[in-house]
Amino acid sequence: MSQSYNRGLIEDFSRWKEFEAGMWAWIFHKFTGWVLIGYLFTHIAVLSTGIPAAGAGEAAIMAGEDVYTQTIVSLESLLLVRLLEVGLLAVAVFHMLNGTRLLLVDLGVGLDAQDKSFYASLILTGAITVASVPTFIAGAF
Amino acid sequence: MAERYSSFKSGGRMWLLQRITAAFLLVVLAFHFFLLHFVHHADEVSFLASSARMEQISYYSLMILFLVTATFHGVNGVYNALINQGLTGTKRTVIKWTLVAASAVLIVQGVRTANAWAGIGLY
Repeated sequence: MSQSYNRGLIEDFSRWKEFEAGMWAWIFHKFTGWVLIGYLFTHIAVLSTGIPAAGAGEAAIMAGEDVYTQTIVSLESLLLVRLLEVGLLAVAVFHMLNGTRLLLVDLGVGLDAQDKSFYASLILTGAITVASVPTFIAGAF
Repeated sequence: MAERYSSFKSGGRMWLLQRITAAFLLVVLAFHFFLLHFVHHADEVSFLASSARMEQISYYSLMILFLVTATFHGVNGVYNALINQGLTGTKRTVIKWTLVAASAVLIVQGVRTANAWAGIGLY
């Protein structure tokens, strides 16, 4: 027979010094999730400049003078935007790797290596992010 | 048997959908990043290039599915996070429907943008 327990609030951040790897993984997953959904709304808002751009003449589109191309080009010329994109990559990669870990845990795979797989997610996120910096920064200077 | 902890009520329909969309998004988000940052580069973006991709029905369909699954996964994740923080009662109902409305706006706006690129008149 299953029993239910009242654990109170699941996330009591005042206890952060007692958190183990699994709890940190969960907190990072939440944090990166908030960033990603926030970004999705921003992303669609910026991409929406494609709607007025579609109404521009063919000559303007061919010359890249439409509002969408101009908006993206000016955003991408800012170093801050490029750095934020690297941050976004780091956030996305961690969420994806830790998400894979969570899917496996839910399937009962690798339960004994939960801590190790969290550390592996962190290290791999760092490595992929660092390796991507040249590509993400290219053309910004 | 030790009690297994999950942030979701295991076995529910939303629980399953959150995981199915997660598996789909893993592949498509990786493809999205790879295509638009490594194959093509950020400083090469143009309406013309976005349009050329979106005019292909396979790419257009994938991006629409990407938009819908990402919106569901993200907004449902936010809703679950808020419930874990103790959201209940009327506040929970209000936030739930606010999130549903925000998702609808996001999906409509995303589809309009995709249609504008694809040259589909409806935008």
